[in-house]
Amino acid sequence: MSEKFTKSMARNIFFGGSVFFILVFLALSFDTVQRLPERDHRENITESVVLGKKVWEENNCIGCHTLLGEGAYFAPELGNVYIRFGNSKEAIKAFIKSRPKNGIPGRRSMPQFNLTEEELDGMADFLKWTSEINTANWPPNIQG
Amino acid sequence: MTTLVKYQSQLVAKPYFIAAIGLFIGQILFGLIMGLQYVWGDFLFPEIPFNVARMVHTNLLIVWLLFGFFGAAYYLVPEEAERELHSPKLALALFWIFLVAGVLTILGYLFVPYATLAEMTGNDLLPTMGREFLEQPTIIKIGIAAVALGFLYNIGMTILGGRKTVVNIILLTGLIGLAVLWLFSFYNPENLVLDKMFWWWVVHLWVEGVWELILAAIMAFVLIKTTGIDREVIDKWLYVIVAAALISGILGTGHHYYFIGTPEYWQPIGGIFSAMEPIPFFMMTLFAFNMVNRRRRDHPNKATVLWAMGTGVLAFLGAGVWGFMHTLAPVNYYTHGTQITAAHGHMAFYGAYVMIVLTIISYAMPIMRGREANSKKAQAVEMWSFWLMSVSMVFITLFLTGAGILQVWLQRMGEGLPFMQVQDQLQIFYWLRTISGTIFMIGLIVYVWSFFVKGDDVVATD
Ligand code: HEC
Ligand code: HEM
Ligand code: HEM
Ligand SMILES: [Fe+2]
Repeated sequence: MSEKFTKSMARNIFFGGSVFFILVFLALSFDTVQRLPERDHRENITESVVLGKKVWEENNCIGCHTLLGEGAYFAPELGNVYIRFGNSKEAIKAFIKSRPKNGIPGRRSMPQFNLTEEELDGMADFLKWTSEINTANWPPNIQG
Repeated sequence: MTTLVKYQSQLVAKPYFIAAIGLFIGQILFGLIMGLQYVWGDFLFPEIPFNVARMVHTNLLIVWLLFGFFGAAYYLVPEEAERELHSPKLALALFWIFLVAGVLTILGYLFVPYATLAEMTGNDLLPTMGREFLEQPTIIKIGIAAVALGFLYNIGMTILGGRKTVVNIILLTGLIGLAVLWLFSFYNPENLVLDKMFWWWVVHLWVEGVWELILAAIMAFVLIKTTGIDREVIDKWLYVIVAAALISGILGTGHHYYFIGTPEYWQPIGGIFSAMEPIPFFMMTLFAFNMVNRRRRDHPNKATVLWAMGTGVLAFLGAGVWGFMHTLAPVNYYTHGTQITAAHGHMAFYGAYVMIVLTIISYAMPIMRGREANSKKAQAVEMWSFWLMSVSMVFITLFLTGAGILQVWLQRMGEGLPFMQVQDQLQIFYWLRTISGTIFMIGLIVYVWSFFVKGDDVVATD
């Protein structure tokens, strides 16, 4: 690199640039958090939805599935599964409930989690709530 | 035992590097298990469900890279600061704490159902589990934070009391950033959108932010040592690279805020800034090649120089090129959460962070074991492992990219076919990926073997 461009100039760009963009990022993040309520419909986060998220986490569903496109790529996207299952919470519950303990021979299998009725309701409510988040029209189609 | 280190305390790096390599083997083993589960859906079910293998694979990756970074810091900070490490005892104690905690976590994943593990470790008190990469029980997360804090104290005191080189300052800045951002792993709100938004403050701001500082600092240290180039030149490069990394990477976080419920203004912001993220990676490549071409000495450790140049190239390809491929919102709309993401994740992690850790290990291990470089024969074996692992990783990436393109085509265009049906049509790519993965494993075995190859020691030529 040229002689005119000194080490201290480089250092100033590093420190100055970083601090500047950290501040811009914090400001934008603050703005985002302000705007989120109208996009995430948090008024619909019931106790059951909260329980559903907890059950989601404590059974590591993200280890096979994506949720809004993030997670693992082994099993279907679940952010819109409520819609894919015909807006039916019952269908979601039935699917989770009916997984065979030893899997399906030769097919990628989902474990039997032995969830209680309350937990199943929570999960279905959580997935319904998730499907209503404004995700800028993602996914492109019903298949997720 | 004889050793050539300038400061005895640098030797604490050795157990860190050995543990890193051990856990690396475990990581790849579980990668292969998942590779097989992709083609034989019921493989090892229900004993090791896919999600368990995945946690083991990704968490081992992160933990062994952290072992690598810690070891790198313990090795290079004293040498740069020109003094002994503040407390080698603390470094050794933290090593054992971290190793035991890490191994216990992996055993927990493997032998206890995840929900039971959550219950046993009191996830109710402060729920942080069950999110990708952050699956560790809360108590383990606290342990990681404590280990990082003790480590920063040790390194920080060493730097404060010694020569403050640019390498040390950048490394320390990166490591402080790593520890501070980790704290966001404790923030897990009930609102999924907020959860996801701040989850990226750990994941993205690590790999496309502060870890790049660590990467650049280690690279600079190795280049100084192996090429004999003037520090003034190296320092200037170092500052410019890390400036470019943070200036692009911080707002580049926006490339994860397209479709998770966050406002649409992130689409242009995330797109523009993340499109600039390849720049620091490209500069890193130029940096490595330029310094090696203009070298003032021929270091006898040819393997290290190969690893350093390889890091430059594959980090640029994996992070820069494969990252750019899907980073603009109109593209990401179709590729988000597909095998394209997996392709990019693999080559980026390997090219940047796996390879830089293997670079510093390659440089430091022989010196800690009493020779400036390994014998020609041992280096030849090590270079074989370089090519086996790197070429097979390129193929893993290419096959996953093929799978991803076909997946997007079949599943996301028009009406689309159901996920599971599409997966059936990608089998051939998954088979090829698993075969490449097996060759990667062979490369790793060759790598481990290179440490045991005897032969006449190579001595310095300058
Ligand atoms: C070990 C991997 C694995 C885990 C963990 C897992 N799943 Fe699944 N899941 C699958 C697979 C594979 C399928 C597709 C099954 C099939 O089509 O035969 C699936 C399908 C589904 C479906 C139907 C999706 C569709 O579009 O057809 C729902 C709903 C679902 N899972 C919910 C969950 C929930 C909730 C959890 C956590 C409690 C969970 N899964 C954990 C593997 C997993
Ligand atoms: C050093 C080498 C490797 C690195 C750095 C690495 C890294 C990673 C990372 C970061 C992920 C998470 C990906 C994401 O979320 O996008 C992952 C997942 C995975 N890896 Fe690896 N990996 C390596 C080797 C392998 C090998 C050799 C195989 C198998 C042959 C493999 C198979 C997998 C599979 C199947 C997944 C899960 C993908 C999914 O979610 O469906 N990995 N790996
Ligand atoms: C060494 C640096 C990098 C590493 C280790 C890395 C790793 C990863 C990983 C593991 C993921 C998957 C995360 C998940 O599981 O959801 C990911 C996602 C992504 N990365 Fe990177 N990355 C790096 C650099 C970059 C760069 C420079 C760009 C852009 C130019 C980029 C663009 C993206 C995008 C757009 C996604 C989201 C993919 C999706 O929508 O599914 N990455 N990265
Ligand atoms: Fe990112």
